[in-house]
Amino acid sequence: MGEIVCTNVTKVWGVGTTREVAALENVSFSVRHGEFVVVIGPSGCGKSTLLMLLSGLEMPTGGTITYDGKPITGPDADRSLIFQQPSLFPWRSTIDNVAFGLQLRGVPRKERRQQAEKFLRQVGLREFANKHPHELSGGMQQRAAIARALCLGADVLLMDEPFAALDVQTRFHMQSFLLDIWLGSGKTVVFVTHHIDEAAYLADRVVIFTARPGRLLDSVDIDMPRPRNVISPDFERYRALFVERLRSEVTRAFQEQELAEMLDTRIK
Amino acid sequence: MSVRAGMAAALRVPSRASSLRFRWFVVEAGWWVLSVGIVIGIWEITAALGLINTIILPPPHKFVAEIRDQSQFLMPQPGVTAIPLHFAVFTAIGASLRRVLIGLLLGSLAAVLTGSLAFYLWLFRNLTFPTITMLAPIAPAAWIPLAILAFGMGDGAAIFVVFVGIYFTLTLATLNSMNNVDQVYVNTARVLGASRRQIMWHVIFPAILPNLFVVLRMNFFAAWMGVLAAEMVGVRTGLGAVVVMGRQMMNMNLTFLGMAIIGLVGYLLDVGLGVLQKRVLWWRSAARV
Repeated sequence: MGEIVCTNVTKVWGVGTTREVAALENVSFSVRHGEFVVVIGPSGCGKSTLLMLLSGLEMPTGGTITYDGKPITGPDADRSLIFQQPSLFPWRSTIDNVAFGLQLRGVPRKERRQQAEKFLRQVGLREFANKHPHELSGGMQQRAAIARALCLGADVLLMDEPFAALDVQTRFHMQSFLLDIWLGSGKTVVFVTHHIDEAAYLADRVVIFTARPGRLLDSVDIDMPRPRNVISPDFERYRALFVERLRSEVTRAFQEQELAEMLDTRIK
Repeated sequence: MSVRAGMAAALRVPSRASSLRFRWFVVEAGWWVLSVGIVIGIWEITAALGLINTIILPPPHKFVAEIRDQSQFLMPQPGVTAIPLHFAVFTAIGASLRRVLIGLLLGSLAAVLTGSLAFYLWLFRNLTFPTITMLAPIAPAAWIPLAILAFGMGDGAAIFVVFVGIYFTLTLATLNSMNNVDQVYVNTARVLGASRRQIMWHVIFPAILPNLFVVLRMNFFAAWMGVLAAEMVGVRTGLGAVVVMGRQMMNMNLTFLGMAIIGLVGYLLDVGLGVLQKRVLWWRSAARV
C-alpha cells in the first residue's frame, strides 16, 4: 500500500498573526504505490511543508490529503519522515536508536535489538551498532535514520533533503544506496531536494514547485532505465529541462527576496 | 615492514597520550602548589616578622598544627566528651554535607517536577511562573530567618535554605530547557509513533539533562554558602557553626581551620559534581555539543 492523494492542499503558517506566510497554495497531486517521486523547487517553495503535511505532523489549512483512501489525521509509523539535520538521539547507541520505534510499541529489548540488527546489517552499519551518533559520519547517521524508519516497517519514506549536508562523494554513494534499498521493496518514496542531478538520478517522476507560495508547476516522468548514467545525452536532456523550468522561478523568488530585504532595511 | 611499523605506532599512541595527560596534570598541580604556596609564604613571613597580629590572623602552620587541640570543637555537638580527632572532624563535615546533599536532591526533584508540570499545563504555568520568577533572585541566605522560625534550629532549617537556593532557579531552567529542545528530536519521536508521555520520558528528559546539570553546578556554590550561613546564625552544628564558635571564643585558630576545611570540601564537591556530569552526560562532552 502507500498511495497518497493531495487535493487542493493549502498551508498557511502563523494563521491569525501578523506573520502569516502562505507556504502551499492549491496543490493537487498524487503518488502511486511504490513510486519514487522527487519534489524540486526554489528555496522556500514549501517542499518541507509538504512533507510535514504528508507525515501528519502538521495539518493543512485547506484541502485534503488521503493515504490509502483515508484522510491523514496525525503521524503514523507507516509514513516515516527523514530529516536533513541529524535526528539520531545522541544519548542512545546506534542500535538503540534504530530500535526506538519498536521500544515505543513495547517490544521486549532482546527482540527489538535482534530486529534492529537486521536492518543495521542492511544499511551496512552492523559493526557500529554500539557506537553513538557522534562517532558516526554524516552519511552513516542518515543510513541509521533510514534503518530506523525501515525497522518499523514504514511503507512510505518521506525524505526532506536527507543528503544535502553530505559531501559530493558521500551524497552519490547514498543515492545508490537508497535506490538499492528501494528497488523491489515496493515502498513509496517522496524525496525533496533542490539538487537537479539528484532528482534526475533518483526519480520515477519529478514534481516541480513554484516559488512561494508553492504551487505545482510541472510533473515530469523520467523515462530512463536504471542504473542511470549521469553523463548520458538522455540525462543531459532532463537536466536541461529542469534547469529551464526552474530558472524563471528561481529568478522570481530571488527578486522577491531582495525586494523584501530592501523593504526590511528601509523600515528599520 | 611498514605495516609492522604502522602497527607499532598505533599501539604507541595511547601510552603517549596518557603520558602527555600525566605531564599536563603535573604541570597543572605545580601551578596550584605555587599559587597557594605564595599566599601561605607571605602570610608566614609577615607573621614571623611580627607585621600582623597573630591572634587575629594565626599563620597556617599554627592553626593546622593545632588541629588536635581543636578536635572537641569540630564535633557535631560542642561539649560532648572527646572522640578521636579524625572522627570528630568528619562528623562536622558530615553534618554540613548531609544537609547540602539532601537539599540539592529534594530541590532538584521538586524543580524538575514543577518545570515539567508547567511545560504541559499552561494554566499551571501561567499561575505559578510569575511568582517563581520573582522569588528566584532572593539569595538563599535571605531565607534563613524564615527557615529558622519555620523549622527550628536544626537540619530542617539548613536543608530548607539549600532547597530554596536550588529550587526556583532550576524550575525556571527546566521549563526553559524543555521549550528549547530541538524540534527535530520531538518530531522524530512523533513520526515513530510516540505518545506525549513517551516523548517526555524518552526525548525531553534526556535532552534537557545536560542543561540542568550545568545550572545545578552553578547553583551549588550558592547552596553551599546558604547552608554554612544557616549554621552560623542559627543551626548550632556543622562547619559554619565551627567558624562562628572560633570567633566567639577568640580562638582564630579554630576559625581558620574551619574556613580551610570549608574551602577544601566545597572544592572537592564541585570536582565530584564535575566527574558525575562527565559520567552521566558522557555523550555530550564527547560530542562537544
